[in-house]
Amino acid sequence: MNKTVNQKAWFLVLPVLILVAFSAVIPLMTVVNYSVQDTFGNNQFFWAGLEWFEEMLHDDRMWNALKRQLLFSGIILAIEIPLGIFVALNMPKSGFWSSFCLVLMSLPLLIPWNVVGTIWQIFGRVDIGLLGYVLDKLGVDYNYTQDTLDAWITIIVMDVWHWTSLVALLAFAGLKSIPDAYYQAAKIDQASRWKVFRYIELPKMMGVLMIAILLRFMDSFMIYTEPFVVTGGGPGNATTLLSIDLVKMALGQFDLGPAAAFSLMYFLVILLISWVFYTVMVNLDKKGM
Amino acid sequence: MAKITLDNLAHSYKPNPATEDDYALKELNHDWVDGEAYALLGSSGCGKSTLLNIISGLLTPSQGRILFDGKDVTNAPTAERNIAQVFQFPVVYDTMTVHDNLAFPLRNRGRDEAYVAERVNEIARMIGMEHMLKRKARGLGADEKQKISLGRGMVRKDVNALLFDEPLTVIDPHMKWELRTQLKKLHHEFGHTMIYVTHDQTEALTFADKVVVMYDGRVVQIGTPEELFERPEHTFVGYFIGSPGMNVIPARVEGSTAHVGGAEIALGQGYGALSGKVEIGIRPEFARLSQSEGLPVKVRRVEDVGRHKIIRADMFGQEINIIAGEDERISPDMNRVAFDPAQVNVYADDWRVKGAA
Repeated sequence: MNKTVNQKAWFLVLPVLILVAFSAVIPLMTVVNYSVQDTFGNNQFFWAGLEWFEEMLHDDRMWNALKRQLLFSGIILAIEIPLGIFVALNMPKSGFWSSFCLVLMSLPLLIPWNVVGTIWQIFGRVDIGLLGYVLDKLGVDYNYTQDTLDAWITIIVMDVWHWTSLVALLAFAGLKSIPDAYYQAAKIDQASRWKVFRYIELPKMMGVLMIAILLRFMDSFMIYTEPFVVTGGGPGNATTLLSIDLVKMALGQFDLGPAAAFSLMYFLVILLISWVFYTVMVNLDKKGM
Repeated sequence: MAKITLDNLAHSYKPNPATEDDYALKELNHDWVDGEAYALLGSSGCGKSTLLNIISGLLTPSQGRILFDGKDVTNAPTAERNIAQVFQFPVVYDTMTVHDNLAFPLRNRGRDEAYVAERVNEIARMIGMEHMLKRKARGLGADEKQKISLGRGMVRKDVNALLFDEPLTVIDPHMKWELRTQLKKLHHEFGHTMIYVTHDQTEALTFADKVVVMYDGRVVQIGTPEELFERPEHTFVGYFIGSPGMNVIPARVEGSTAHVGGAEIALGQGYGALSGKVEIGIRPEFARLSQSEGLPVKVRRVEDVGRHKIIRADMFGQEINIIAGEDERISPDMNRVAFDPAQVNVYADDWRVKGAA
């Protein structure tokens, strides 16, 4: 059979190309454009080459924000993943209470980011917030606007509150997919509860957990709204994470060149870490964990 | 190894069973003799898996008792019953090596490593997996995984019984044969009590010493493959076992003669007055197409299945099957069917009636 040559088929791809061009390629290229030039008012541009990149790489400000960011993502992953698994393991497997738990746990996921920030901003206030007020009356010295540790604890607890459900829901889906026969076989083999978890549940959840880790990592690495609403990056620069720093630089100070260089490097870091994650995941899958 | 006794056992999945229909497993008394190989045969939903799960302790019966060597274990958990079970789909611990999979039940029971290693090697040799003991179970094929499941079931020497829940469903046909032969060999070697659930009559008849046929939550016959073939106690057994199944024809029985549509069929035995729905059953193997003797039939078609021919025919408006040998000639003027009188069974309300000679 002869294949009919029909170049009109290209038109079918066109809408997608246009969409991607406007949503991703053109904005990204604009950033690239800014990052290699010095920009003044009235759209005056002067070629700067890699100057901004060099400057940013030698700037403690970006490195400190990156360190804080890695610490933040590390801590929330270390809490949310085990906690999510724990919640999923203890959820009712079927019936009314199972659906009830699922709905209850989905609620935080449905709340817009800035609302979550506002909730916790008020919740933690010493003068009117339920949490802040109670802690203060109990004699606990807690004030997230002045104390670095308190500010960190607040944004971490907030993130755990907001996102542990996601991990729990994914882990629950993984658990539900395990056929009953596995549990029955484990009973017959006299496996302990720990061994059932270690050799049946964990391996069967591994796929979804990897996705959960990847999602939570990327999301937390790009987090902006919630900590910004609660602490505004303070006290001082204590909770100024990468994206908060970036916005300060780009919109606060209007340093478009350095900010563009910063955001490209930020993008590359996320890309790199996600790629490493993905590669490790695929390899684990091949090797059988 | 143990004798397993079912005492007035019945099970319903409904909380308050009222009528007999509510029971997935109807009342049952039976002894599973120590060291025998049984097959539980029946179509889907007949209660055979329910019965198996009650024996293994995954399900507590709603009525009656179950005893292992006279000891009541009705409420004992699975772990205490010391049984092994192989499931329909292979259950292996993916992240462990084949060796660790086989060692798992022994290690969980705290056996020392020297003994574990010895048993694992022995079992690996039996299931032919010695060369892959070091491999991860993940990535093995379905039949290899099922072999591991079988091996894990047999690794403990002291199991009371080995239960199989349609273990060969996911296995390729040629491997089925091999695994079944292996199972049979293992049974001869070690003499475990084995209960093998299946809906495949070939599997049941080739594997078991005794076949337990279940129908609609009830055990309808327990017997050797030969008994099931020659003397089906229930029309379901006749219909379910054999290919094609037994011909069941409504009839009126008087003494040693059955009347079908005005014609007479000689029976090997005499019968008293029968009540209910009376039928006679003849296996196609014991029916013969003939020119001169027997009842008139109209041949619809002849199927040559290789080792014999199946003749589909009409007798007084009812379809009957006749099996003729591969070399037998069938001519258009053969329009009568004759039955071997000794092999004609009589049924009243689906249950076989014993005649008097």
